[in-house]
Amino acid sequence: MKTLIFSTAAVALVGTLGLGIQGAWSDDDDHSFSTAKWNKMKARSTGVAAVTNALYTEECGSCHFAYPPGLLPASSWQKVMAGLADHFGDNAELDANEQQQLTEYLTNNAADTSSYRRSRKIMNSLQNTNTPSPLRITEIPYFRHEHREIPKRIINLPEVGGNLSQCNSCHQHAEKGSFNEDEISIKGFGRWKD
Amino acid sequence: MKSIFPALIAAAITLLPNSALPNTQIEPSAFTAKSGEKLWNQTQTISGQVRSCASCHTSDPRQAGKHIRTGKPIKPMAPSANAERFVDPKKVSKWFKRNCKWTLGRECSEQEKADITSYLKSI
Repeated sequence: MKTLIFSTAAVALVGTLGLGIQGAWSDDDDHSFSTAKWNKMKARSTGVAAVTNALYTEECGSCHFAYPPGLLPASSWQKVMAGLADHFGDNAELDANEQQQLTEYLTNNAADTSSYRRSRKIMNSLQNTNTPSPLRITEIPYFRHEHREIPKRIINLPEVGGNLSQCNSCHQHAEKGSFNEDEISIKGFGRWKD
Repeated sequence: MKSIFPALIAAAITLLPNSALPNTQIEPSAFTAKSGEKLWNQTQTISGQVRSCASCHTSDPRQAGKHIRTGKPIKPMAPSANAERFVDPKKVSKWFKRNCKWTLGRECSEQEKADITSYLKSI
């Protein structure tokens, strides 16, 4: 009897371990740490979630860089989407159905719902400020801090356009949600190191 | 009676021949293309800024343009230079609405839209 109990426990233990190991190492391929997984982890720890919505890319990205939703809190996106008839001086009106779809996409993927590092930094920097729901990404304290050392003469280069609104003028992989410093190459200027 | 009156008017309008309604079924012609070219290059001051179609699309719609504020490249508007233009009616009406409001400060009339369309298709 004793032996039976013991062997049952042993089988159970091995089974659990086996399952555990299988669980930990089961992956889409044979490597325990695939390149894809590594890249995903790296993106999460450094960037914001990339844009995945085709309607957003089409409707918003036709006129400007399609800002990843994780760059603003949901309350900001709601304000932006409620004022499309005067969108920073442009008319960007959508039909009701598309407006609703895009508002949902933006608020569901906003900075306050994202675990990506830069989204968290953005939310932290907006805490205890007078403008917790800014309309512009360039007004976020974290954004201003990160760009504080860039001289006016660089910002005023025609290729940059006089403001910091077009992320991809300098961040070569901005479209993938990646804003690493070593990926910066300023159009009309070159590599940037601070 | 009061509630049936608007319905009667609507029915009467529906029954009218198309020619009795202004700004519908405008046939493209050299005349509308010429007016379209004029409208394309016409400038107006809106919100203190001088604006025209050419502000973003250049005065030659066969050339690529550039968004005046963001600098984002815009593909040519003339179908002769860009086969994607005037293919999707939904897209056409969306951009006419947005861009007429920015450029003219109001929506375009059906005549103006026909003029611009004929101009772009004629070059």
